[in-house]
Amino acid sequence: MTFEGVEASPLLSVRGLTKLFGSFAACDTIDLDIGHGEIHALLGENGAGKSTLVKMLFGVLQPSSGTVSLEGKPVVIPSPGEARRLGIGMVFQHFSLFEALTVAENIALSLDPRTPLAKIAEETASVSRAYGLPLDPSAHVADLSVGERQRIEIVRALLQNPKLIILDEPTSVLTPQEAERLFETLMRLKAEGRSVLYISHRLEEVQRICDRATVLRHGKVTGACDPRQETPASLARMMVGTEVAEVKRDSANALGDVLLQVNKVSVASRTPFAVALKDISLKVRAGEVLAIAGIAGNGQSELFDAISGEYPISDNDGIVLRGKPVGRLRINGRRLLGAGFVPEERHGHAAVSALSLSDNLLLARSRSDKKAFLAGGPLAIVKRDAILSAARRICSMMDVRKSGDDPTAGSLSGGNLQKFIVGRELDRQPSVLVVNQPTWGVDAGAASRIRQALVDLAKAGSAVIVISQDLDEIFEIAATIAVISDGRLSEPYPAGELTLEQIGLLMGGIHDSHSGEKSSGEDRAGMEAAHAH
Amino acid sequence: MRIELQKRGNTSVLFSVLSPLLALALTLIAGAIMFGLLGKSPLNSLYIYFVEPLLDVWSLHELAIKAAPLILIAVGLSVCFRSNNWNIGAEGQFTIGAITGSILPVLNPEWHSPLILPLMLIMGMIGGALYAGIPALLKTRFNTNEILTSLMLVYIAQLFLDWLVRGPWRDPQGYNFPQTKSFQPEAVLPEILDSGRAHLGIVFALIAALALWFMMRFMLKGFQVSVLGQSERAGRFAGFSARKMVWFSMLLSGALAGLAGISEVSGSIGHVQPVISPGYGFTAIIVAFLGRLNPLGIIASGFVLALTYLGGEAAQLSLGISDKVSRVFQGLILFFVLSCDTLIHYRIRLILNPSAAQEGKS
Repeated sequence: MTFEGVEASPLLSVRGLTKLFGSFAACDTIDLDIGHGEIHALLGENGAGKSTLVKMLFGVLQPSSGTVSLEGKPVVIPSPGEARRLGIGMVFQHFSLFEALTVAENIALSLDPRTPLAKIAEETASVSRAYGLPLDPSAHVADLSVGERQRIEIVRALLQNPKLIILDEPTSVLTPQEAERLFETLMRLKAEGRSVLYISHRLEEVQRICDRATVLRHGKVTGACDPRQETPASLARMMVGTEVAEVKRDSANALGDVLLQVNKVSVASRTPFAVALKDISLKVRAGEVLAIAGIAGNGQSELFDAISGEYPISDNDGIVLRGKPVGRLRINGRRLLGAGFVPEERHGHAAVSALSLSDNLLLARSRSDKKAFLAGGPLAIVKRDAILSAARRICSMMDVRKSGDDPTAGSLSGGNLQKFIVGRELDRQPSVLVVNQPTWGVDAGAASRIRQALVDLAKAGSAVIVISQDLDEIFEIAATIAVISDGRLSEPYPAGELTLEQIGLLMGGIHDSHSGEKSSGEDRAGMEAAHAH
Repeated sequence: MRIELQKRGNTSVLFSVLSPLLALALTLIAGAIMFGLLGKSPLNSLYIYFVEPLLDVWSLHELAIKAAPLILIAVGLSVCFRSNNWNIGAEGQFTIGAITGSILPVLNPEWHSPLILPLMLIMGMIGGALYAGIPALLKTRFNTNEILTSLMLVYIAQLFLDWLVRGPWRDPQGYNFPQTKSFQPEAVLPEILDSGRAHLGIVFALIAALALWFMMRFMLKGFQVSVLGQSERAGRFAGFSARKMVWFSMLLSGALAGLAGISEVSGSIGHVQPVISPGYGFTAIIVAFLGRLNPLGIIASGFVLALTYLGGEAAQLSLGISDKVSRVFQGLILFFVLSCDTLIHYRIRLILNPSAAQEGKS
């Protein structure tokens, strides 16, 4: 592809860059050009391939195929050291600093070991002055704020006099004031003719400081544009995809009683990488499919944990299942009340890979199907035959393709295992089913089978909650849509009244009322980490 | 250049079964080399070490005596390890079990009642379980590493025993030897056969192994153990409590180690002395792994490791080499078992200077 205003020989030119992990293409024939003195944005959702791409540019990963040219010459970047030598610097999202050392000592670690510390301190001071990045070389890192720590990383990159600086989600950890300062520095770098590759999914700041943008989706370039000519809505559409399936609105199910209700539930984050849930309320009725949309890591797993009872909440009335308050009830208690759950992660959460399918059936139903599956009273002897025949029933109902009668869960493909895991719950005919990312990483055939099963379950009078990142899927099956962002859940909207743009904006944390303002994003670092985790 | 372990696509079922036998064969080869280096005839030495002890009735009894604590402890540990709780301190639980079990005969040497022996065994189990409860408490309460805490408690237990038999429990008529009075006959674990010393300990071991095999194979409890051991998250999804499993597995293995301890003191030694174990609690870890963490496999591996102890004694007598050689054999077995298992799941790949290789390409 060609761009207006790019010089004949761009600083960095990437052609057909591909990175395969097994058979999965994290980056698929990516083309990218970065001109001299340009701030270039790399946009995309989590998992779109942004990090993989820049890791290849910085020599952390090796591409499976494709070429990288620097100032017209093809280069191979085997290591970050070589990348630095070629004039590429990078500031990672998660800093690599030793807290017990001083600023100058930390910088010295990445430089020629023969350079005396005093000289480094001097250069650090002068570079930090020149770029408006105030830093005391003798300060201990442990005493510094996050913004100051980021400055160390930037100064460290600048000391090597790079032509291209890659910044990975730099503002995700900064306060608005610190972000302002960063933008000034970037403008100064640009004025000197250095180029910046700026990774973000915060649309306003990209519009504000970037000259051009490349948008990635599912490892492919889906758009290249001048962000200033676009609206946040059109950028969002490029990020989440344009090809939305025709909304199939079958004759609306007759809605019955509210089967599951969540009342103003707040949950503090359990780990530093988790998202706190803030004042979440939702209701789902018999016959309804409620979809919860959102970018990964905005509290979906935490919401699932709270609703499923894997981590009960302190407020017993916060969750009401078929008229009974169950907030403090554990998962098996909720199953006994007729709820079924399908977590996002298949291996090691919904199923144990090394165990057979029949064992994995017992995993979810040892309590709810005690009568059918266990014998011997307190001895709790497992009735193999009953479980095996139930597993066979599920496999034929969901068309699970497998080798052998009772193979291990790990030997099934993702789609077939997911069909089994969903079928395991459907087989019980739950009156409430909560599914997190029902078709994540599942082939198209299995995905449509699973979606059909969810729609049919609702039609039969159950309440279904589908937590999903896949907007196509949401529009295909949901009657009602709510969006989760940064641990907050939006109002529910009837699926017919919501446009893709509106969802995109809600997902980015921008609400209708103040779309021009800065979105809140202090927890973004946590959310990215939760995603990686 | 660097060496990488690369996961194999599919693991050979045949070699998974053969792995323990392969490890034993490799141990014998390494042992032959070692004997050769010591200037002894390798084959003759191996014969003395591994075959001769099996030829006498009395030494078969000794074999059962040594296998009993190994099997008892190892089956408990196998449940622990399968549930991903790493109790390394069975030696300490063994020692404490021996101490608490000996309270009655030591403090009431004149109590001649058939009740005393069952009470001793129960108290031994309780003592071992409570001692294993310390790392369980620390793990569930403060998330401490049970490997470290259980291991450190071993030394505390051993020193406590040492102090007891040199101080308050020392037999006043014992010519100042650091040991207690000999137990009254009612407090001694009976022998099974007239032909030798083997006592009820081996029966306890076999019963425990069969019971735990049944539990692991057929009961929901065994299913919980393997689910929580493989994925705590999946266990939580199933509604199983990882915290309760820490308690269950630690208390169970502690109780069995304690039972082994009091059986050893009551059945084999007959009194309490500063050293009551040649490292059964640690050797049992090898037994557990050599038996593939399967209680039935552990019965077999328990006898194999017991043979290394007997062989060590035989080597000392007939070959004139230190009985430390039995430790060497135990180490060799563990090493080869673990490496065979690793190589079943991984292949070794040498990577010669990756950056140079790539620059060459461009």
